Amino acid sequence: MVARTQSEPIRTDPDLPPVAVVERGPMPASRRVLFTVIALVGAVAWSVVALARGEQINAVWIVFAAVCTYVIAYRFYSRLVEAKIVRPRNDRATPAELHDNAKDFMPTDRRVLFGHHFAAIAGAGPLVGPVLAAQMGYLPGTIWIVVGCVLGGAVQDYLVLSISVRRRGRSLGQMARDELGRFGGVAALVAVFVIMIIIIAVLALVVVNALAESPWGVFSIAMTIPIALFMGVYLRFLRPGRISEVTVIGVGLLLLAIVAGGWVAETAWGQDWFTLSPVALAWWLAAYGFAASVLPVWLLLAPRDYLSTFMKVGVIVLLAVGILIARPEVQAPAVSSFALRGDGPVFAGTLFPFLFITIACGALSGFHSLIASGTTPKLLEKESQARPIGYGAMLTESFVAVMALITAVIIDQHLYFAMNAPAGATGGTPETAAEYVNGLGLSGPPITAGEIERAAEVVGEESVVSRTGGAPTLAFGMSQVLSSVFGGTGLAAFWYHFAIMFEALFILTTVDAGTRVARFMLSDSLGNLGGPLRKFRDPSWRVGAWICSVVVVVLWGAILLMGVTDPLGGINTLFPLFGIANQLLAAIALTVVTVVVVKKQLYRWVWIPAVPLVWDLVVTMTASYQKIFSSEPRIGYWAQHRAFQDAKAAGEETFGVATSPEAMDAVIRNTAIQGTLSIIFAVLVLIVVLVGAAVIVRSVRAGGLPTTEEPDEPSRIFAPRGMVPTAAEREVQALWDAREREHATTGAGS
Amino acid sequence: MTARRALQALVRTGRSVRWYAAALLGDHDYARYVAHVARVHPGTDPGSEAAYWRARHAEQDAHPGARCC
Repeated sequence: MVARTQSEPIRTDPDLPPVAVVERGPMPASRRVLFTVIALVGAVAWSVVALARGEQINAVWIVFAAVCTYVIAYRFYSRLVEAKIVRPRNDRATPAELHDNAKDFMPTDRRVLFGHHFAAIAGAGPLVGPVLAAQMGYLPGTIWIVVGCVLGGAVQDYLVLSISVRRRGRSLGQMARDELGRFGGVAALVAVFVIMIIIIAVLALVVVNALAESPWGVFSIAMTIPIALFMGVYLRFLRPGRISEVTVIGVGLLLLAIVAGGWVAETAWGQDWFTLSPVALAWWLAAYGFAASVLPVWLLLAPRDYLSTFMKVGVIVLLAVGILIARPEVQAPAVSSFALRGDGPVFAGTLFPFLFITIACGALSGFHSLIASGTTPKLLEKESQARPIGYGAMLTESFVAVMALITAVIIDQHLYFAMNAPAGATGGTPETAAEYVNGLGLSGPPITAGEIERAAEVVGEESVVSRTGGAPTLAFGMSQVLSSVFGGTGLAAFWYHFAIMFEALFILTTVDAGTRVARFMLSDSLGNLGGPLRKFRDPSWRVGAWICSVVVVVLWGAILLMGVTDPLGGINTLFPLFGIANQLLAAIALTVVTVVVVKKQLYRWVWIPAVPLVWDLVVTMTASYQKIFSSEPRIGYWAQHRAFQDAKAAGEETFGVATSPEAMDAVIRNTAIQGTLSIIFAVLVLIVVLVGAAVIVRSVRAGGLPTTEEPDEPSRIFAPRGMVPTAAEREVQALWDAREREHATTGAGS
Repeated sequence: MTARRALQALVRTGRSVRWYAAALLGDHDYARYVAHVARVHPGTDPGSEAAYWRARHAEQDAHPGARCC
């Protein structure tokens, strides 16, 4: 007997073709063979990646292991989540269909929406985190990026998107208030705001570290502003709606700006104008953030977004092709000694919990829940498309993180640590840096000062020593991969600055959009306090917009300045805070999701969101505990604080890496701020989680509670369930197309 | 013949890429809006493309969307 797929068309209106097709039946034999082969290739690749000891492996194995896992997880695990929790119904109209205004609500082609969603969730986080985590070796990072995404990050994105779709595309903050009550909702809102500030500040710090003392980089990035302004004016006044046309022009100008950066950096005036200190850059960034927040979006934000979407997709494809063609060897060990001892120079702490904190976005990113609620659900054609878009886009982001990890682990390890250890350790010159990294006990031949200088020369930089933050290392690795495929060492400097430009563009997009979003959150909250503050609720009140923008920029700007002037090296003290903040946001999102699942009494499947939630809480609470209470000054903010205070009280003028009384005061101040922020984050999230737990208990006792799901409305449009339409879906699509043609001819006749 | 077929495939791929890039960036949004107005409010003037984008951007001004880290 041949098992056949049964398809059943679903109609909501007898006059319309079917709006959905339900298909049941066993998987065809050819598919079973295909997935078996993919699973076997994945298993072999994982064995090579995990079991190789003492010999170098090829980076392509990491790519295979990751991609095969994604395919299997997407086909089987995401389907399980769909069948047991989401239970999409394509005869139900989505908010996009119901409230279609051809603006923010509109049913959007699934492939296009995938691109939108991916461009919105992918940023610098998945690029930078894995690069820093490479200090622990390639294996722990690879495992967490892939497994964490498949069981955690992608599940979070998918479920948040699905529950928001059934709530008119409400935002995470609103859903938290609806499902957790007022108190939990307010705590969630405050947490989101504080977390946003720290995330902007740390990303800005990454840009500052990538551009400081680099006239080439500063020139290229500065040019993106006039390019964006030109594009904005072009679209507003010259040729409205010709977006891809102006984007092609813009990208052309962007490439020209990168090349021109090399010429400008050679000239005396170029070096004079565009060599900026970290502090000066921080001020410029703050000014930029403020301007972007108060200027109209058509002038700066929208055109920059077009550029950055284009670059994002383009560069990621380029890098994937580059890695597959170049097939570089991995230089890093599987697990480094820093992972176990916790004394790594890039960031302090042992593998658990700090690896998970550092990788953050590539595996599980709380920030995504802000996109998956609010923006994307208002554009979804069919409920079942939440799987390719929510789960699928996160798999893609995880793949980006895997590639970022690869670029960091194929670099000579001595060079990696020379670039990523703080200046206090490397001394800042090639000679002292060589001496420092040769003393770390790394594998491979020691490095000479001359080799470090040459590495900088090849990429057209003054120095590569202590260029912390991950972006320069990623750019260096990318330049190594891409120049070996396209153009040789002659183009290495171009590719390096191309990569820097692309990261900076990402980050600036986050900084400007984030400042705006935070400004709106602030003015909404102030407005809700009532009284004379009610005026803040009016978005067209310019004074209010200016006040709120200044407050937001001052908040993140202060943390940024603190980071760039930190004697301990800003990245290694602030990056853990960024990671913890992002992972705590994930805890809030997963709490909301878990509460909804419990309210719907899906007890058997509650582990699907609860396992990543519990794991995330264990990781973040352990990390927060260590950051707050550890007696080890390298790890605990307050221990460091006390150590410097004691030294000051003892009348010392220098202590540790602080070489002056002012630097000691800076450390005392910074650690107090960082320690306080750690406490605030942890407390806010604990409140949200405890409120969630209380709601869960109440719901279980009451035998389920009502959720705020919107009532059913029948759908009147058709779209395939997933990315690729099935044969039955093509037939239905043909019916709709015929109807459309008929409609067009009769419409024209009337 | 195979060269010609390869060329055709290349042209097709090029067209799809172009369609995708244009759709992703929003080139087709105005046409879609015009169709939407014609369907939902027949007989109403949808306004010019410039006016459509002004309204879209004004909306974005009032409701910012987050971009991720």
